[in-house]
Amino acid sequence: MAESINFVSNFKKANIASITIFLLSICIIIFKGLNYGIDFKGGTLIELRTEAEISASSIRSSLNSMNLGDVNVKKFGQEGDYLIKVEQKETNSNDLIPKIKKKLTDNLNAEVNFRRVENVGPKVSSELLESSIIAISLALAAMLFYIWIRFEWQFSVGSIIALFHDVVITLGIFSALSLEINLSIIAAVLTIVGYSMNDTVVIYDRIRENLFKYTKISISDVANISINETLTRTIITSVTTLLALVSIYILGGEILRGFSFAMILGVIIGTYSSIFVASPVLKFFKVSYKTLEKKDEKIVP
Amino acid sequence: MLNFSKINIFLIYLIFFLISIFATLNLQNKSNLFIDKKVNLGLDLQGGSYLLLEINSDSLIEEKIQSKVIPIKKLLKKNNLNYSNFKINDRSLSLKIDDKEKFESLFFSKKDNLVNPYIDDYRSFELEYSSLDNNFIEILFSKYGLLSINNSALKQSIEIVRRRIDDVGTKEPTILQRGEKRILVELPGLKDPERIKKLLGKTAKLNFRLVSDNSEFGVDSLISETGETLEISKRIVMSGDNLIDAQPSIQNQRNEPTVSFTLDRIGAQKFGRATTDNVGKRLAIVLDGKIISAPNINEPITSGSGMISGNFSFQEATDLALLLRSGALPTPLNVVEERTVGPDLGEDSIKSGVMSLIVGFVLVILFMLYKYKIFGIVANIALIANLLMLVGVLTILEATLTLPGIAGIILTVGMAVDANVLIFERIKEELKTEKSIIHAFDTGYSKAKITVLDANITTLIAAIILFAFGSGPVKGFAITLGIGIVTTLFTAYFLARHLTSIIVLRNNNKEIKI
Repeated sequence: MAESINFVSNFKKANIASITIFLLSICIIIFKGLNYGIDFKGGTLIELRTEAEISASSIRSSLNSMNLGDVNVKKFGQEGDYLIKVEQKETNSNDLIPKIKKKLTDNLNAEVNFRRVENVGPKVSSELLESSIIAISLALAAMLFYIWIRFEWQFSVGSIIALFHDVVITLGIFSALSLEINLSIIAAVLTIVGYSMNDTVVIYDRIRENLFKYTKISISDVANISINETLTRTIITSVTTLLALVSIYILGGEILRGFSFAMILGVIIGTYSSIFVASPVLKFFKVSYKTLEKKDEKIVP
Repeated sequence: MLNFSKINIFLIYLIFFLISIFATLNLQNKSNLFIDKKVNLGLDLQGGSYLLLEINSDSLIEEKIQSKVIPIKKLLKKNNLNYSNFKINDRSLSLKIDDKEKFESLFFSKKDNLVNPYIDDYRSFELEYSSLDNNFIEILFSKYGLLSINNSALKQSIEIVRRRIDDVGTKEPTILQRGEKRILVELPGLKDPERIKKLLGKTAKLNFRLVSDNSEFGVDSLISETGETLEISKRIVMSGDNLIDAQPSIQNQRNEPTVSFTLDRIGAQKFGRATTDNVGKRLAIVLDGKIISAPNINEPITSGSGMISGNFSFQEATDLALLLRSGALPTPLNVVEERTVGPDLGEDSIKSGVMSLIVGFVLVILFMLYKYKIFGIVANIALIANLLMLVGVLTILEATLTLPGIAGIILTVGMAVDANVLIFERIKEELKTEKSIIHAFDTGYSKAKITVLDANITTLIAAIILFAFGSGPVKGFAITLGIGIVTTLFTAYFLARHLTSIIVLRNNNKEIKI
């Protein structure tokens, strides 16, 4: 890694790309919407396994006769596993699940095993959505505050822009691919916030250090030096984290698949944003060693 | 940074040893006599049901406001207060009263007030009234009156839920209050949550009421178990509150499952009197507004025990007896959230979780070896120690391990090496300019310290917020992620640093490759 890569010269291109994808993501989220799972929309989810040879359409047709409203049936993992989602309805009674089980057993003439049943009422689902939004907002606010204490407000703004960029684009990709947003995706998004912040902090730390070391050169060059100096670390950590995540994605089973996919996206986007989003913001604010000098005492740990 | 005093080294390894020894407790099958601690498996891993129940106090408030009618009328009569237009609404009573001042002094009297008791805990009366036009007033529950009704209903419900679940005999149920209206029930290892849900979904209000078509109390038209419509008096001869025991039994003549019950002293008196006075009439047994059966009273029943038959299966008779024994719920309970995982899916999840942990772990270890050679070994020893300590802390806290929790451990494996990578990369840079190797390592460690701390604290903040807001499995993820960060910092900054110092100091300032 002796020769340095000129990142700064690509800032403009990268920023245009980032803004485009960011805006595109917002448009997709607004117009296509997010595919909320039952955690946030309410409803019933059943994961079933059967030895008998049945098809998703036969399950669908036997459930449609029950007048349950919107029913979604799809294959899930291995042969004979299906995931059924039933829309939330006022009329759904407490004994909906045994009714569905009886109907399926009778209609398909086969033994069905309900491996997982989740049922979320309308009140609880809206509470879960609310607390998830609060959690993500609070996490962003806490990060903003932490960086503001540890660095300067310019850094704080830069890191928050990078975080918004990561969260919005990750959600945008989920929306574009119609992937389900549930509680574990929210956990993934919060972890992405932590990870992306972690990456940004490492580069910012180095920029701060180098601003004092090279007082004569511009912030762009300082950023470029800092990014290059930390580049090996950035790559290695991303690789080990991705190794762990890919192993969850492939081997961790269906339940963790959405979670690990969101995390993989987040790690890639977060690494990119630390370099190409968080650092250009400092340039925009014309940060120099003078910016830091005012609060000199803060730099000493 | 590379100098360790003997006492420091001793402390580092003592802490590591003490914490990681707890990790080994999870390997034994039998429970240990001295330290009985283990990581609990979450419902998503061992199978089981999570239910969130909500009380609905609307009907209870209606009932309670109605129960105020007679005491209020009595109070007004006793004190010669003229009133008119007395009306019972859903949640309030309204009437026209002439002397409002006198009423107020009686209504808000703290002494022996049977109509409107003063609740000491809240420093408030149970009822309040508001003045409408033309001397009309409306009596309704005060804010704290409602709160106290709600709280006692919730407490009572929790007690009855507990009795019903204990009676079914599931292992280690968790029953907790959640907020002001909800009860959280966790039933690990439960195969069939439907039966429990059915049992908890029934209020089980049992009434004995006479079948009669002209009752001064008014009548309800109910359909009996045989399909005929019966006029049932609203007057309650006896309620389930007077039951002290109920058991399923088989009636010998017809081999029919029935429920036999025993009454307390007051119940036996009431029941005896009612059956003596009404021989030849029919007595309806009403459960939650439905007639179970309406047998003829052939002879007075004064023994204080009786039998309910109603075309039950034996399971139904058993469940009815259980419901009657546990008592009636003050309000109906709704299941507002349910998550059930079958035991076989739980097992599959453990398998796939452990598998991905092992593979992820091995991949990271190989990558670090490839990248850092001998210091890769240091980082990997730190990583293994980190895992041991993480599991150790989870054991000490007796934390619950969920599937996302396992994901948190794997993620920790991936991210934990970051601390050592940051340090090693820093040392590499220092080695370029620094002549003394020992000195380069020393400054490397101290310069990387701030960065490592800053970087990890941000992730820790995310984990804490997740823990505070997340529910169930997600909380499990936050726990492992958060503890993982702390153990990562310990292993990187103490264990790995000490190992590095051994290598560097032995090397005696000869060239070293990282």
